[in-house]
Formats: sequence, C-alpha cells, structure tokens
Amino acid sequence: MQRIGVFVCWCGTNIAATVDVEAVAEALSHEPGVVYSTNYQYMCSQAGQDMIRDAIREYQLGGIVICSCSPRMHETTFRKTAERAGLNPYMVEIANIREQCSWIHKDKATGTEKAIILGRAAIAKVHLNAPLIAGESPVTKRALVIGGGIAGIQTALDIADAGFPVDIVEKKPTIGGKMAQIDKTFPTLDCAACILTPKMVDAAQNENIRILSYSEVESVKGFVGNFHVTIRRKARYVKEDVCTGCGLCTEKCPQKKVPNEFNLGLDNRRAIYIPFAQAVPKVATIDPGYCTMLKTGKCGVCAKVCTAGAIDYKQQDTFLEEEYGAIVVATGFNPIKLDRYEEYAYAQSPDVVTSLEFERLMNAAGPTGGTLLRPSDGQHPHTLVFVQCVGSRETRDCGKPYCSKICCMYTAKHAMLCREKYPDTEVYVFYIDVRTPGKNFDEFYRRAVEEYGVHYIKGMVGKVIPEGGKLKVQAADLLSNEQLHIDADMVILAAAIEPDESARSLATMLTASMDTNDFFTEAHPKLRPVESPTAGIFLSGVCQGPKDIPETVAQAGAAASKVIGLLVKDKLTCNPCVAEADELMCNGCSSCEKVCPYGAITYQDKEFRGPNRTTLLRRVAQVNPAVCQGCGACTVACPSGAMDLKGFSTSQIMAEVDAICK
Amino acid sequence: MTDTNARQLAAEVIRISGADPKKCMKCGKCTATCPAFEEMDYHPHQFVDLVDKGQVEKLMNAKGIWTCLSCFACLERCPRMVEPARLIEAVRVAVIRQQGMNHLKPQDIPELLDENLPQQAITSAFRKYAK
Amino acid sequence: MQVTNEFKPTIVAFCCNWCSYAGADLSGTNRLSYPANVKIIRVPCSCRVNPMFILRAFQRGADGVILCGCHPGDCHYTTGNYYTRRRMTLLFSMLDYLGIEKERTRVEWVSAAEGAKFAATMNEFVETVTKLGENKRLEDLRCKN
Repeated sequence: MQRIGVFVCWCGTNIAATVDVEAVAEALSHEPGVVYSTNYQYMCSQAGQDMIRDAIREYQLGGIVICSCSPRMHETTFRKTAERAGLNPYMVEIANIREQCSWIHKDKATGTEKAIILGRAAIAKVHLNAPLIAGESPVTKRALVIGGGIAGIQTALDIADAGFPVDIVEKKPTIGGKMAQIDKTFPTLDCAACILTPKMVDAAQNENIRILSYSEVESVKGFVGNFHVTIRRKARYVKEDVCTGCGLCTEKCPQKKVPNEFNLGLDNRRAIYIPFAQAVPKVATIDPGYCTMLKTGKCGVCAKVCTAGAIDYKQQDTFLEEEYGAIVVATGFNPIKLDRYEEYAYAQSPDVVTSLEFERLMNAAGPTGGTLLRPSDGQHPHTLVFVQCVGSRETRDCGKPYCSKICCMYTAKHAMLCREKYPDTEVYVFYIDVRTPGKNFDEFYRRAVEEYGVHYIKGMVGKVIPEGGKLKVQAADLLSNEQLHIDADMVILAAAIEPDESARSLATMLTASMDTNDFFTEAHPKLRPVESPTAGIFLSGVCQGPKDIPETVAQAGAAASKVIGLLVKDKLTCNPCVAEADELMCNGCSSCEKVCPYGAITYQDKEFRGPNRTTLLRRVAQVNPAVCQGCGACTVACPSGAMDLKGFSTSQIMAEVDAICK
Repeated sequence: MTDTNARQLAAEVIRISGADPKKCMKCGKCTATCPAFEEMDYHPHQFVDLVDKGQVEKLMNAKGIWTCLSCFACLERCPRMVEPARLIEAVRVAVIRQQGMNHLKPQDIPELLDENLPQQAITSAFRKYAK
Repeated sequence: MQVTNEFKPTIVAFCCNWCSYAGADLSGTNRLSYPANVKIIRVPCSCRVNPMFILRAFQRGADGVILCGCHPGDCHYTTGNYYTRRRMTLLFSMLDYLGIEKERTRVEWVSAAEGAKFAATMNEFVETVTKLGENKRLEDLRCKN
C-alpha cells in the first residue's frame, strides 16, 4: 500500500466558504494508506508548495492527493512540486473541490460531504498510480516534401531558409505543378510563369534543397522524428547529371506524335522531351511508352545527337532510402474527368474544353502561341460560353459534393481576358452562384461585368450539341424564366477539382486520415489546419481542400513553420499517459489497430515459452509511445483486456467508480 | 385553400414523388435541358420551387403537368438528384386522384396516335394517363 | 415542504478531459449549480469509457450514469466520440433489455464553452433519475455494507 498524503486547499474562501476543509482533511485522514492529512489557505502558493515538498520528504509519501481547484488549472504546478521533492510527478492526483464542488453548492454540509467523496475517489486512484517516465525520441533533422507544385516549393523554400535540409519528391519530370500551366493569376492578372519560375530556380539553387524529380514515394515506415522512406527514382534514360538541357534531342527525335501532357494533349511532343522551357531540373526524359529505341531497339537518334553523351537506354529504376524527421504532403489536385458528362459534348467536340485547357490556349507558350483559336479548325471564335460548377456541388456519382472554390474567379479571369484581347467576342458565363470571398475578388468579378461587358446569366447549360461547325447551347436563364439557345464557337467547362490520384495510397502509407473525397484531414479543422492527426505529417496546398494560390502559399508557409518547430528540437518528449498492450494477454486480433486514429499500433511476431519446453510464435500488439496520443479507444476495443492506458488504467477508473458509489 | 391544407398537399406530393425539393440548389439545369420548354407554362425548376414553398395548387392548374414529356432529362441531369420529373408526375397524380380529373381518357389515346410518334412518347403517354 | 426521507440518487458522470470536463469547470466558474449527487470522473476521451465501468457503477449502487464528450466532429482525438456513440447505443439497449430503464443512462455532447448546458443537463438528469427511484436491478448485494 502506498503512503499517501492529503492536502486540502481553502483557496482563500473560494473553497472554505462552502466546504468545511478541516472536516474534509479529518475524514480523509482515516482512509486506507493515508499517513498525513492537512489543510492550508493557498496550496498553490510558494508556502503551500513548500509544505507539500516537506511532507513528501518527512513522511516518505509515495503518492499525494490535492483537494483543490480543477486539474486543468494546477495539475502541472503540483506535478512539478512533487518532482522537486523527488516524487514521480505522475503520483499526484487532484480532487476538484472548487469548480465541481464549492462553487456550485451553497449548503456547507452538502459541499463537505461531496468533497470527502471526491477526495476518496482520488485516494482510491492514487493507490493504483504507477510512476511514469516521459520517453524521449531523437529527431532526424531533415524534411521530405511530397509534391513539387507551388505548395511543395514554398514549403521547401521556407524550411530550407531555416537551415534544414529538404528533399522534394515530384513524380513528373519537372517541378512547377499546376501553376506552371496557368497563364495569368487572379485578381491581379500577373503572369503565373513570371512569379513561379523564379521560385523554381530558387529551389534548385538552394543548397539545402534537393529536388528528386521523376520520383515517387514507395514506402514509409517509422514515426514522428524518425521516418524511414523509400523513394523510387524512375528511369528517365538520360543521365540527369550529364544532360545540359540543350534540347537538341527533343528536336531531332523522329517520334513526333506523342500527346503533350503539359498542354493537356492539345498538341504533340517528341518521345524524348523537356516538359517546358523553364523546367527544373532542365533535363530531357525519354517516354518509354513511345520511344522506338526502347520498344524495338532500332533508332538511337537522340544518343547520336547528344554531344554530352547523356543518353543511357539501359537505365533502370533505382531506390533511395532516406531518413526524415517530418513529412509534408503537397500532392495537389487534378480537374475531374468529364467523360460522363455527355450533355456537354466534351468527348464529341474538340471545341468544348476544360478551363485548364483554355489556360493553355491563352498562354503565349501554349500550343497556339497565345492566340485564341478553336482547336477544331484553328479559326478565331466569336461566341464563347463558360459553364461553371461542372461537377462541383453535385451529389451524382460523376460529380463532387463540394465547391471547388477557384472556378468562379478563374472563369471571371478567362472571360475578362477574352473580352480584353478580342473585343469582337461575345462572352457568356452561366453561373449558379458567384462566390468571390477574397481580397479584391468581388471587385474583380464586377469589373468583368461592368467594364468588360461579360454576360453573366443565372442558370445552367442543359446541353451542348455540335452541329454544322457550331456548338448549339441550350441553357436556362432563371431570372427571366427563359430557355436560351446560343450558337457558340467554343464552350469552356469549369471542371471540379479533385485530389491527385496518388493521395489515397500515400495516405495509407503515412497512416494519415482522409475524408470521403480523398482530401487529407487536418488535426483540428480550426486550430491545427496544417497538421495531419498523425504526428509528424503536415499538409500543404490543395491536398487538404480546394484553395487558390495565395491561400496555398500561406498554408505552405504555415506547414513549414510547424516543420521547423519540430526539427529544431533535438529530442521529442512523449506523453507518458499512453496505451500499452499486455503481451501475455494479447491474442493478435487487430481490433485495436483498426480503431487507432494515429496508426500507433503495430503487430509483431514474438516468441513465447510454451508447455514442455516448446517455443510458441505469437502475434502481439505493440504501441509506439511516440505516436500514441492516449485517447484510449483501443482499450475498449480490445476483447481480451490486454490493452490498458497508463495514467487512466481500467483498474484506476474502476477504483474511482467504487469510491463514488460506496 | 388554407395554409395548412396547402402544406399538407405539398407534403403529399413530396411523399408520392419520393423526391426531395430541399436538395435543390437552384441551378436551373432541369429547365435548361427540358425539350418541352416552349410547351410548358411552369418549368421544371418552378415545379421544384413551388412544391418546396407549398404552392402546389398553382401547379395543379398548370398546363405544364400535361405537356411534360416525361422524358426524364431533368431527372437524369440534375446535379443534386432532386428528380423534378417525379415531382411533376406527382402533381399530375394528385390531380388525377380527384375523381374524373384525367386530362385524357385512356380509350381516346389510340385514335390520337400517328405513325411518326416515337415509341417512347407512346410509352410515356400511357405512363402518364393510365394511373 | 421538507421531506425527511428524500431519495438522493447516486450519479456517476464520465467527462472527457478536453470538452466536457472543461464545460463542467465552466459551470462552476459561472456558479451554475447542479445537485451534489453528480460525481465526475475525468477520462482522456469519452471513448476511454469501457462499458464495464458503467456496469460496475450500477453494480455498486449507482442510480444513473451519464457520459459526456465533445460534440461529434470536434473530438480532440478526431474520431473518439463516434466510437462512444456506437458503443453506448449497443450497451444502453442491452441495459434496457436487462431492465435498467433507458432514462438511467445517457450520452450527452458538452463543449468546453457550454457550462450552462452542462448544469442544465445535470439538473434534468438528476430529476429524471430521482423520479425513477432507486436502481436495484444490477446491484450486487455483496457490495453492500
């Protein structure tokens, strides 16, 4: 039995007015194990704390109970006091006799009686307390950023500026992401390439940043501060360190008919290619699906023209094993596929394009050199119809139930740019709601209407029928209650955005949670928006939810600051009140693993001694104390009662229940 | 009609239809896609709106319930799965259920048919009139 | 009128550390009173409450058990209260089957800002349980002194 000391606080008159503190101290002194019981005016004061310290030493107390205010107020204070007196800080229990007793009761007899019961419960619990020691784990001072779009680049730059090495893993041959494909940015209309490409160059030149382009994360093991990551470096059949990026091979390659993904298939590239002029790293890549040499062994033109000798047809995928302390997910988004929207004739007519394709058609570096031409016949379009919310806010299977957030603004931008460059065009925008919550956003949209004469029509397009070189658009104008029929030259669909398809498998690898739309969930929707619930995993950009460029950059910076906050620590102190599995009782059923929101539980095959000198191999649960947050969900899920939570163990809570119900 | 009666009628129409006008986000795609727009006095989006507001009586006197083709284009393309066609059908049923209120007698239909009428129209006509 | 032999039920309240326990503290800070029969046990999360604890409370003579957690979607541990909701639905229907009235058990979501709600809930719960009278169904007579 523990030697227990009880300290009843008056809290001036806050407690003493409705609780007879002396009677409480007296009553509790008769409880089993209590060797010392006293009361004092202010236990949290220096004198009160000295009193506790002296009593611990004098009476060799093994546990103390403090009847005072809420543990949310002074638990830490009294734990420190105990520690100073040489007692384990987790041998302290607080009976809350202020907030939950004296302040809510007016009758002194009632208050005193309740205070005694609360004190008894705390004594019953402290008997079963065990000294806990907060563990420590080292931190690898290096971060991994998955995804090299503006979110990933900004996060990497900010972490690198703080002096920590960062790796960016990008699955495409170049970093830059979606922003590199965009023509102009709202609401200022500055050119995306002009503000993005300097950042890409900064990232490439920063000595703390290593760019692993054309690479993918293969597996992730470990936990916060100690992630072990395998990265697949896909064979690009070009020696990255030898290639000068002169581009001669991309001009001489005889295989000319490869759809150019950077221009969304609106034009063709060669089988050996550099995605765009400002690519980082500026290195050629051979597309193995189209290269004649790789497919048939007969060609080799690129190797012949390459003066640097960078071409290597025999290159294989390689694997890189790295250690990281923190991982930032910045996997971004894609517009949804529109194959199932037969009413908009996207698959039937090349003149029906998505907004991202329209960006390329307007871009000076795009397939038309920046002149807006109809993809079907290369003619100048006169009537353009923009359709918003294509797939957004849609509960049908083919759509997404959320608002994609960016479409209202980029559609206003496209409409405005169209009218500015080609005043002879008629531009219609069909909208359900125009959502412009952002600095200078609504002014921007109003400018499109008032200064540029864009026709905004409240309603939706019902069908698009390609006929005689025109697109017959049938739509509703809800304000005039009319059906409109427009002969359009081009229809531009503001397709919903969805998380990149790599996100789900990545989430599984990271044990990071996702919502039903495959967006990563944050640790707290308001207060911890850039952290995943899994410790050490941070979120940056659209992988967490739709957002525009300024918001993405802001979140990227926030994620970086959280990473820096983690990496500056030499060691992580763990919360010692974590779950623990009793190996002898565990039957390896995986129930606990399934309910754990943090992925803190793993299984291990362990040898146990069986009867007659045999050895049994059994699968048992193991909790990683660095990852466990101590919620206790697993303790209840465990059918054999093997799982328990330190500090709030089953026996401790049962003892409290018993004491209260006596 | 009192307000309570109107509410009850609307609730009945919603029950018969199995549709939920509350899901509507007022995009108007149903009306945009409607091939019988010119023939209807009240349009699909108005059906959804008026049922939601409990003003079914207006719709019961509308020409639109008889001129709707029941082609289900509005239902098929509605992004929120509101199913306006079912609401129109429910209003029609609400009218027919009052004795003798059928717009057309089933026995009169064969006479009205001609060779150019698509099969789908005949099927939907029977669906409409033979309750 | 003073009733001399008034029945005072024993109520055990499990409160999660992040929302409901803080809500209970807040009702104290605001001096919102509720009956002294309610005794609070602090748990890290409502999902830490094992059905066993509730059975034990009834066995030891509790007349009512209430479980308070964060509002759905606000759990400090993301999903804890969802587990609670599912587990307690099952447990309470089983208790009902055993003859422990549904009104003796309850799950309530109380946030750290809802001191008033905490007090109101407790007042109402104590009143309900008082009306039901003493719980004898699961009581273990061996535990009686």
